[in-house]
Parts: sequence; structure tokens; C-alpha cells
Amino acid sequence: MWEYTEKVKELYKNPKNVGEIPDADVVVEVGSIVCGDALTLYLKLDGDKIVDAKFKTFGCGSAIASSSALTEMIKGKTVEEAAKISNKDIVEFLGGLPDQKMHCSVMGQEALEKAIKKIKGQKVEDEHEDEGAIVCQCFGVSENLIRRVIKENNLTTVEEVTNYTKAGGACGSCIPKIEDIIKEELAKVVAKPEATAGTKSMSNLKRMQLVEETIQNVIRPVLMRDGGDIELIDIDGKKVYVALRGHCAHCVISDVTMKNLVQEKLREFVEQDIEVIEVK
Amino acid sequence: MNTIIYLDNNATTKVAPEVLEAMLPFFMERYGNPSSMHDFGGDVAHDVERARQSVAQMLGADYDYEIVFTSGATESDNMAILGTLQYYRDKKHIVTTKVEHPAVLNLCRQLEREGYSVTYVPVDREGNLDIDYLFDSITNDTAIVSVMYANNETGVIFPVEEIGAFCKKRGVPFHVDAVQAIGKIPVDVNKIQCDLLAISGHKFHAPKGIGVLYVRRGTRLRPILYGGHQEKARRPGTHNVPGIIGIGKAAELVIHHLANKDEVQRVKKLRNKLEEGLLNQFPNAHLNGNKDKRVDNTTNIGFEFIEGEAILLYLNEKGIAASSGSACSSGSLEPSHVLRAMGVPFTSAHGSIRFSLSRYTTEEEIDYTLRVMPEVVNQLLEISPYWDSINKKGKPIGELAR
Ligand code: FES
Repeated sequence: MWEYTEKVKELYKNPKNVGEIPDADVVVEVGSIVCGDALTLYLKLDGDKIVDAKFKTFGCGSAIASSSALTEMIKGKTVEEAAKISNKDIVEFLGGLPDQKMHCSVMGQEALEKAIKKIKGQKVEDEHEDEGAIVCQCFGVSENLIRRVIKENNLTTVEEVTNYTKAGGACGSCIPKIEDIIKEELAKVVAKPEATAGTKSMSNLKRMQLVEETIQNVIRPVLMRDGGDIELIDIDGKKVYVALRGHCAHCVISDVTMKNLVQEKLREFVEQDIEVIEVK
Repeated sequence: MNTIIYLDNNATTKVAPEVLEAMLPFFMERYGNPSSMHDFGGDVAHDVERARQSVAQMLGADYDYEIVFTSGATESDNMAILGTLQYYRDKKHIVTTKVEHPAVLNLCRQLEREGYSVTYVPVDREGNLDIDYLFDSITNDTAIVSVMYANNETGVIFPVEEIGAFCKKRGVPFHVDAVQAIGKIPVDVNKIQCDLLAISGHKFHAPKGIGVLYVRRGTRLRPILYGGHQEKARRPGTHNVPGIIGIGKAAELVIHHLANKDEVQRVKKLRNKLEEGLLNQFPNAHLNGNKDKRVDNTTNIGFEFIEGEAILLYLNEKGIAASSGSACSSGSLEPSHVLRAMGVPFTSAHGSIRFSLSRYTTEEEIDYTLRVMPEVVNQLLEISPYWDSINKKGKPIGELAR
């Protein structure tokens, strides 16, 4: 049995806003019966205000609760305010969802986004074209959706992506592709502090300080997500000596990590000609 | 209603009062180790042997020593397959079915990683095994054939006697996972002509943590655990005495129960009443699995347009415990591998509910279930966007299921 919060239980037992709005201004459908979740969302607008929201859902307890939560959250909001709601907010509203059920909240967010697009008069294409290539054939999950949940929820593993989107949860043949996407997104997520990197010469002290900061704030968080870590061993002019720790230490692609992550980021944030040397 | 209506007996059963009573003295008064030299342990050994006899009798085994006590069916299945492979080291092929219990399927998947080849025999839309496919797949390289007797989700019975006869002729060891058959239909190892057969205590009113592997006299099998000399060193480890006493008593009760035709018929009638009641009430419900060739306690019904976990949660609110083949309730993402192997369409695989009765199930409980089901189903149909489409827009479900 799942550990559902009281809020989830309350909402699947007595979901609020179930049904249709006959003269709805917007009706969107997401999901499919193949995946085992589907949601139809009805919105009634007054100017740019969402005055009513109703839903119908095919899905498990948390799908019903997520849909109900979504409608409660957006009622009375302006379209702009509603546009800020993400799956995380839905999860928060519910007091949490089991990991494997996160995709239910994503379905809510998808429906909302689609609805807002419609309201704004943007074309809502057949989802699949709109969302880029389908990565997971089993569940019809697109590349863009995967990228988005990774970004918005700071996901770092295939398992997490599966929990949020179902992609990879059946035959598994899309897992390598999901892994690639995670790697690409991870390389991007690194928050960019004020770029100081330039070609101007800098003092040794300043350089050391920047190297330390970049490792601490930019590089380490990425490695730690994969259960790894990094240690700064020494700095000698523009040579930076580091050692990988944790998972990264035994990782077969540690060279790649060194070059593509550590060196690249130090070059970006400290100095363009910095050289990183791995101490084994 | 405060009492729980338990219709999930294929998952586990309650310990029979007679079984509990038989076990109790072995916790505090008669706690001797049957392997000890003193009488305090030796007396217990006699009780263990009596339990062994009861189990042997229930299975129609020729010799008591063909009964090996284990911790449960997972261990028994692993012991049967791994132990056989350990003996026939040069044979690298296994034959099993697509709808086995994970105790067999996941083991086979692992063995594939280790270099074995496995044939997974398919089933048809009603869950019947493609027996010709199975026969054709046996080669000189086949080390073991492992097939379940009755399926846990649909209750469909496989023709193990035919398979047994064929394996015997071909000289291939045959293992039967009889977990879901035991206590429901007579299981006779000589009729099946199997070499190995696994059962689990908690599926027939003995406690959890005790199981049996039947090992036919002369079967080539290496142990998978090494330790003491218990169970002729086939399964070392101190005996789980209370469990063994419990499974022995439960075996006696099974013999008694199956001999009483009225009792057997009673369970079947209740199951049919529930099944027909549901199928008649809900035009969008249908049976998963062969109607006739199945154990009497199980019915698996697919409700179209609504999702299984939601049904279970709503039933739970009404005090009814059942089980679902839906993806969501299991934590996996795909509906049950059994329903998928049968080609049950997604439209109803997601909404499949298994009701499994026991000899303790009462007519009142079935009546209550039939009474509350419409409320549960209708409430969920009300929420369902698919039902809506069908009802109002007449959109064919195929379009939705795309
Ligand atoms: S393609 Fe993604 S799980 Fe099968």
C-alpha cells in the first residue's frame, strides 16, 4: 500500500471540482489510456481570470488527487499567476507524493501549460510534434518533457526521470537516451555566477579564490548529485590539481568529467587557459 | 462495516485456528532443536517428521524424505532451478512461461545475464499456455522446464500432467510452481510426473516463512545453501519448527477440505456469484482468463475506463481488500506482466481487479461486495474522461487508446 498523505487521501476520496464545465472557454486533454493516466481539464475565464476549473481523470489515487489539487490551486488566479504553477507546487499542495507517483503531478502541470497556450492563442499542435521527438515509445514521452522535468526538479538519475514521467519504466530501451539527456542537461544546469573569466592576468590570490569558489559552487553540486565529489589538491600557477571522490572516483568516464565539467567550468569562470590535472 | 472483507487470498491467507493451536506449544514449551541429541529436541523431531508425512500425503508423494522444508516458495523455486543447473552444468537452456511468478521470472532474467538461454512460452488471450510451443522449444541442451500449476492472477490452470509426461519421455527435469494450486485443487506429484514442486505455507492457511520443495527420489540436485546436515543437507539450517508444524497441520486441513465436495463447491459457487454479479451489473466489465480451466477461488475482472488502483482505494474505504493488475498499485509502470502476456488491451488491463476467496469467505461478504461495487464503479466512471467520451460523444475507445 502506498504511503499517501492525508491531503492526498482526502482528495481522492472526495475530489473537488470533478466534472465538466459545459460552456468552458478552454478544454484540454493530456495523457492516454495506454499509460494509465489521462486528464481532461476545463477552464472558465472572466477576462484574464480563471473563475472556474473542473476536471475528469482516468488514473490512480494520486492522479485524482493531483488533478483536484490543480483545479483548486488555479481557481481565482489570473492566467499569468496560474502559469507559474509547476508540478512541484502541486506536490507541495498535496503534502508530498510517493516517488513513483510524481508523474501524476507532472500530468497536472502539462494540462495547465497546454491550457495556457490555448488561452494565449498559441498553437497547440499535436503534442508530439510540439514536444519534440518521442524518447520513450512505451509511454509516449517526449524529449522536451524529459528535459523540462529534469530542469525544474533538479533530477539527476534515470530512476527519477522515470518517477516523474514514466519514461524508461517499461521495456527500458529508451534508458540510454534518457541518460544522454540527463548528461546534457546537467552540463547546462550549472548556475552561472557573475562571469569573471577573461584573459586579463590576475593575481595568484585572486585566481586561487576563484578556483575554490567555482569548485564549491558550480562543480561540486553537479558531482554530488551522482554521489561523487571533488577535492582541490593544489594550485600551481594555472595548473589546478584535483582528485575525484565518491562515485566519480571509480567512474569509467572520469576523464570526460575532468575535461567537460571541471576544466571547462574553471575556464569559463576563472581563466581561459587553466589546465586541470587529475591526481589519482 | 468494521470487519475487513478479505478477498485477496492469492496474496496471503489467514492462519487457520487449528494451525495456530498446533504451533503454539512449539514456541515456549517445546522449543527443542530437532537436531539435538537429547530427548527434549528429539521429541520435537518426531513432530517435524509427522508434519512431513502430512505434507507428503497432501502431495501424494511416495516417500516422506521427498519433502524438503524451506523458507517459502521463492526459496523453493530458486533451489529447484539453480540446484538443477548446478548439477547439469553443461546444459544451458531453460524453458519457462511468460506468466510465471517473479520468483521464477526474475531468476531466469538473472540467469540470462549469466549466459543461459531461456525460452518464455507464451499464453493466449485467455491465459492458456501454448503447449506445442513449449514442446517444440525443448532441446538436448534444456536443463530444466519450470511451469506454474495455476496462475496467481487469473487462476488459469496449466496442463502440467501433459507437460510432465512429455518431459519424462525426453528425460528433462520438470519443476512445477504449485503455489496457487495447493489447497484449491488436488495436487498429485505422481500424476504430474514432476521431479520438483514448490509450495508456500501462507497461501493455504499456514504462516508466512515456511514452504516446501518436493524433490522426487533420485532427482539430481545440488544444494544452494551450505551448512549443517538438516534435510539431508539439501536445505541446511535449523528447522523452523513452529512453521513446519503449521504447514503440516495446514496440509491435514487441505486433505480434509478437498475431500469434502460440498465445501469445495461452496467456494466455487461464491466465486461464481461474485463474478456473475459483477459481469451482469457492469456492461464494461469482462473476465480475464479462461472461465473453465481455473482454480475455484479466483476471478479477475477488467473494468474498462477506470483505473485499478483507484478501484482498490475506494474498495479499501468500504472495508474490502482485493488486488489489482494495474500498474499504479504495484509501483511498476506497466500493468501486470500476466495481463500483458495475455494481450489484454490497456483499456482494461489498467482497471483489472483480482478477487480471491478462501474457505473462510462467507456469502454475506460476497453480497456486501456486490452491493457496494456499483457505488465504487459509478463514482470512478463519473470522474473518467474516457467514459465521458464514450457516453456522450460516442468516440470509439480505439481512438482514445492510441
Ligand atoms: S521505450 Fe521507454 S520504456 Fe520502453
